[in-house]
Amino acid sequence: MNTLSAVFRRAAPFGLLAALAAGAASAADGEKIFTQGGSNPAATACASCHGPQAHGLGAAGFPALAGTSSVYLAKQLHDFRSGSRANAVMQPIAAALSEAEIAAVAATLAAMPGPTVKPTSRADAVAGPGAELALRGAWDRNIPECVACHGPGGEGVGTTFPPLAGQSPEYLAAQLNAWRAGTRNNDPHALMGHIARSMTEDEVKAVSAYFASLGQWGAPQ
Amino acid sequence: MSRKSSLFVLGLSLALPALAAGVAMDDQSQLTPKPTAAPAGFQPPRESELPDNAFGKLVREGHAIFVDTQTYAAEYVGNGLNCTNCHLEQGRKADSAPLWAAYPMYPAYRKKNDKVNSYTERMQGCFQFSMNGKAPPTDSKVLSALTAYSYWLSTGAPIGKELPGRAYPTIPQPKGGYDIAKGKLVYAQNCAICHGENGEGQKAGAHYVFPPLWGKDSFNWGAGMHRINTAAAFIKQNMPLGKGGTLSDDDAWHVAAYMNSHERPQDPRLVDGSIDKTRERYHANDGVNLYGVKVNGVLLGQGTD
Repeated sequence: MNTLSAVFRRAAPFGLLAALAAGAASAADGEKIFTQGGSNPAATACASCHGPQAHGLGAAGFPALAGTSSVYLAKQLHDFRSGSRANAVMQPIAAALSEAEIAAVAATLAAMPGPTVKPTSRADAVAGPGAELALRGAWDRNIPECVACHGPGGEGVGTTFPPLAGQSPEYLAAQLNAWRAGTRNNDPHALMGHIARSMTEDEVKAVSAYFASLGQWGAPQ
Repeated sequence: MSRKSSLFVLGLSLALPALAAGVAMDDQSQLTPKPTAAPAGFQPPRESELPDNAFGKLVREGHAIFVDTQTYAAEYVGNGLNCTNCHLEQGRKADSAPLWAAYPMYPAYRKKNDKVNSYTERMQGCFQFSMNGKAPPTDSKVLSALTAYSYWLSTGAPIGKELPGRAYPTIPQPKGGYDIAKGKLVYAQNCAICHGENGEGQKAGAHYVFPPLWGKDSFNWGAGMHRINTAAAFIKQNMPLGKGGTLSDDDAWHVAAYMNSHERPQDPRLVDGSIDKTRERYHANDGVNLYGVKVNGVLLGQGTD
């Protein structure tokens, strides 16, 4: 489980920012930011778009956040602010959150239950271009197997490689297309951008549908 | 450079000349690597071409073992690795030790054990060293399946004719020698995000997604990848994953040296419990490696038990 102290320990590479946030974090209430918004009214409540359980609102393309690494989530908020992940909705919200609020809400979201991911193996037979890309890659274009970084079933790995299972196909395709269009440029070491740019439109659709199909969200609590 | 690291490099440079004499730089299991110049090298068959019969089933079992060794050959594996961690693209990728280039070259004499090895014996070596495990019996299902997979990938390949793309293409050693302190920086900047700050790899659930590079769950001191020259060639060709060829030759050497300057499981061929004797017999003429060498005042080759 992600405790606050674990979050801050893992966020250590952020150095000064994390240290500053740690000092003030106890004052920020992640649960309250999620359900009611931040202290600045421009920081609207996460739940209003991402859903009451943070399972996302698929058809609208709002991603699931529950159970995602707090370090990853905090980085995305910082990247919305800086514009390295361009998003007209999230940019003003991220800009209106304080460092302490980002840390607190990221921890709250990370602690919420994530999806159940269908067990898969790289050894599984593949049917269709989505599974093909996920489990075999397209090495003639330097595209590794998606699961080589995002983990079995796309469950996500560590603090850097986000879960894909349980996201909507709309969100996943939108992200791949954002890398292709150059509006998302916040991948560490540019690991993801060249992959998305090497994919065909059919592959974008197919692999998005494939990973979306592997996550099951539990009933609302 | 800090005083500590310059002292350290000095110590290493004092230690190395004696070892470097007579070192065969072509040592990747005695291969003379020829990079695939043309994009149209040997093409293994597609998975969709696999027949739906007993043979196809055995090939699929071999593929499963190869890509998910942790699950399908667990009893013979003693670390956190899968075959495909080193043989990329499920053993298909040219210049990454593909199975289709290895299988048709056996039986072959290997300096490593000074005898003619069957392909089965060659694979047993992988399990013993790279997988830090134990050799599956010659008549085991695991080796039958891996043989079938290798044979099938080699469909149409000539027997006994070395194909381009067999090895990790050799890259020249830095002019001033490799520098472990520089390698540490290269590692932190390019590798730690996946393999962890201390080379420990990263798991999802019970199994490693990113393989551990040193320590108890990595390959042992007898594995080919413990040679800095072999690791440098692998890294240059394949790392970061999906971005092979982006590190400079020098940085690939530096970071390979950094990786292989850490402790890992003992060489199972340990002679009389002596690191010195084991270095003398198995490592002194095995490419560039640090087994039995003092780095930063610590003798390497002690194992992780």
